[in-house]
Amino acid sequence: MVQTKFQATGNGTMSISLPPATENDSNSLQPTGWLRFISFSLDHKVIGLQYLVCGFIFYLIGGVLAGAIRIELLSPISDFLARDVYNQVLTLHGTIMIFLWIVPVVNGAFGNYLIPFYVGARDMAFPRLNAVAFWMIPPAGLMLITSYFINGAAQSGWTAYPPLSITTPAAGQIVWIVSVLLLGGSSIFGGINFIATILKLRRPGLKLMQLPMYCWAMLGTSILVVLSTPVLAGTLILLSFDIVAHTGFFNPALGGNVIVYQHLFWFYSHPAVYIMVLPAFGLVSEILPVHCRKPLFGYTTMVYSIMGIVVLGLIVWAHHMFTSGTPPWMRLFFTIATSFIAVPTGIKFFNWVATLWGGRITLNSAILFSCGFIVNFVLGGITGVALAQVPFDIHVHDTYFVVAHFHYIVYGGSVFVIFSSIYHWYPKFTGKMLDEKLGIIHFALTFIGFNLCFAPQHWLGLNGMPRRVAEYDPQFTLVNQISSVGALLMAISTLPFLWNIIYSFIKGDKAGNNPWQALTPEWLTTSPPPVENWSGEAPLVTKPYGYGEKSSDERNPTITQA
Amino acid sequence: MPQKTAIYTISISLLIIIGGIWAIDNLNLLPVVASSNAPIYDELFKVLFVIGIILFVGMTGLVIYSLIRFRKKPGQVGDGIALEDNLPLEIFWTAVPAIVVLFVGLYSYDIYERMGGMQSLSTNSHSHHSMNSEGKVWGGIGLTSQKAIEKNSLPMINVDVTALQFAFLFNYPEGEIVSGELHVPRGQPVSLKMESKDVIHAFWVPEFRLKQDVIPGQPTVINFTPTKTGKYPIICAELCGPYHGGMRSTVVVEEPEEYQAWFKQNSKQPEMEL
Repeated sequence: MVQTKFQATGNGTMSISLPPATENDSNSLQPTGWLRFISFSLDHKVIGLQYLVCGFIFYLIGGVLAGAIRIELLSPISDFLARDVYNQVLTLHGTIMIFLWIVPVVNGAFGNYLIPFYVGARDMAFPRLNAVAFWMIPPAGLMLITSYFINGAAQSGWTAYPPLSITTPAAGQIVWIVSVLLLGGSSIFGGINFIATILKLRRPGLKLMQLPMYCWAMLGTSILVVLSTPVLAGTLILLSFDIVAHTGFFNPALGGNVIVYQHLFWFYSHPAVYIMVLPAFGLVSEILPVHCRKPLFGYTTMVYSIMGIVVLGLIVWAHHMFTSGTPPWMRLFFTIATSFIAVPTGIKFFNWVATLWGGRITLNSAILFSCGFIVNFVLGGITGVALAQVPFDIHVHDTYFVVAHFHYIVYGGSVFVIFSSIYHWYPKFTGKMLDEKLGIIHFALTFIGFNLCFAPQHWLGLNGMPRRVAEYDPQFTLVNQISSVGALLMAISTLPFLWNIIYSFIKGDKAGNNPWQALTPEWLTTSPPPVENWSGEAPLVTKPYGYGEKSSDERNPTITQA
Repeated sequence: MPQKTAIYTISISLLIIIGGIWAIDNLNLLPVVASSNAPIYDELFKVLFVIGIILFVGMTGLVIYSLIRFRKKPGQVGDGIALEDNLPLEIFWTAVPAIVVLFVGLYSYDIYERMGGMQSLSTNSHSHHSMNSEGKVWGGIGLTSQKAIEKNSLPMINVDVTALQFAFLFNYPEGEIVSGELHVPRGQPVSLKMESKDVIHAFWVPEFRLKQDVIPGQPTVINFTPTKTGKYPIICAELCGPYHGGMRSTVVVEEPEEYQAWFKQNSKQPEMEL
């Protein structure tokens, strides 16, 4: 079956189609070698790595900003940064980490790299749109960061609540809005592309319920992106009118309503949390079975829980507004709806633990980061259910308790999964193995540093430290210093990782096609894969998690190489 | 040995539960209790904390146990067990979280009602509080219920709060007092009607376990009954500009006599009785 002749221009007998144009123009016009990575490449794998590297550079910048925040908070007085600069730094930190690191990487990087493999396609459904979506990111990010050096960046937090966002210096705020609009647009283009690819570009014979879990996660995420991001875009355009044209949509001085902005903002920004964590859930579902040598437990319930999270994720936004003065019935509804997200999310976590159970687990960096994710995210989920309870939330809303909670979700959750995924797929990306010792040092430093940094912040919030402050009650000094030490460990943990990535690229052991003996289609080709993914016909993988059935020698399919 | 496993499971679970309850009773996780709704809050916190600790320790324990017990030992070849699904197990771990979440939701609803959060404002309007043009005031938590007002013979103390970058102003309409500090007597219900002059601020007293945003163009109300004398911080919790971190004030809870003395001393209408 693998030997079936592939004909790009044939009709009738061919089973896998490839847009005829692709072979004729795009390949011949595409640069080769490393130049591909700084060009308008249409290859989904190149675009995926562009997203990953670009996102990681922004992660380092966002990390430096986080460092500045933690240095400022070493002492209870405002002494390291000017007060308005501090607000710019915290705004940039949040915006960069969300819109330029986590969202583009868990969606754009791994989505573009893996989804075409998983559906058995040679590229994404719309390769040009895909390249456009990526190339919107670097200018948007550069613009955002440059605004800091020119007129001062936005200083109203990543939430940009009016009237503060209307009354702070307009230039920085407008640049922030344009930048987020570009990034949101990029995200929408990506979402459309993923939906089309997963639903329409599947290899003949591959059914939806045979897809690897990451496809389902990306389908759910992309539905959220397409439904909610336009709402953010519309809201920010209205906000920009209030700033530059002095309209009064959200300006109470002109009869506007500030609460309406919050509803519209969170209608996107709560689903944004799922846009950051659902793909991470999908990636973990790919990584665990490979290194546990066991099938993913409860495939069907995993699919239904993703869809359950998508539906519930759209109707919980007002839990961010319990202290804003929402009517009691609304508070009650959003409490119940939010709490119930714990059910589908819980199912996923129990299924992952069941996947570990009885496995034959290789304790490598990928599995450690994935398990670190499970532990961190469970804590973040528990504090999340607590925060969903109105009476609990009214005390800790807008405090460091919330800061701790969402860092457990987005860092302890998504970022741990990004690292896990890099350790898992680096051999495929580069054809080289990463150094395991350095990986485990990286994990240990990150895990200890992260928990040292954020666990004490729960206590800070409960006891009276609000978020987004440069100065605080001196009784919190020691705990803040502990937290800053944790942040320092996290910063240090990046060094062995960077060294590992660079050194292994040059001197790493050869990975071979399938170093993990994995079954999903991206491993059934060379490392790195050829331009159109497989030299022959795309393999039909109907059991992506069929581990533990036969002995590993029999199962490993022969791959014909060109 | 399924029997042995069951005994282990039960004893470990009991240990975690006892540990969780011990932790909440012996760790000092919350500030001083200084209002009538703070003990109710702490009760909810205790329940959430114990459930949370049990879940967290349980899940973490399972992950660590699996990593150690099922790690690939040197020389081992082949895969783990080919276990793909187990319907009763799936039903079990769908039902248990659903029940826990439902219990937590109903319980916190009950707490919320006891705090007075479900009171509609129309049954609880304050004569002096002139409604804004829309006739609508948005309420926070801690609205004292009608029953509590009837039971409590003491009159409500009404204070108008104005928040601006970067201070709170407290205006006592009965005594024409404008103060930078909030003075309230112990044991008497207080009602704050709050409005912002510029951007969104928030009124937060950690010792009262209360927070309410102060919004421009939209008055908000928060009610509470202080129960412990002392000075507590009033903290702005909503990012409001460069000096947000410094936007703090103090609430002084005094014995009723001290409060009366303060009120008389500062009032512009000394003849007026409370």
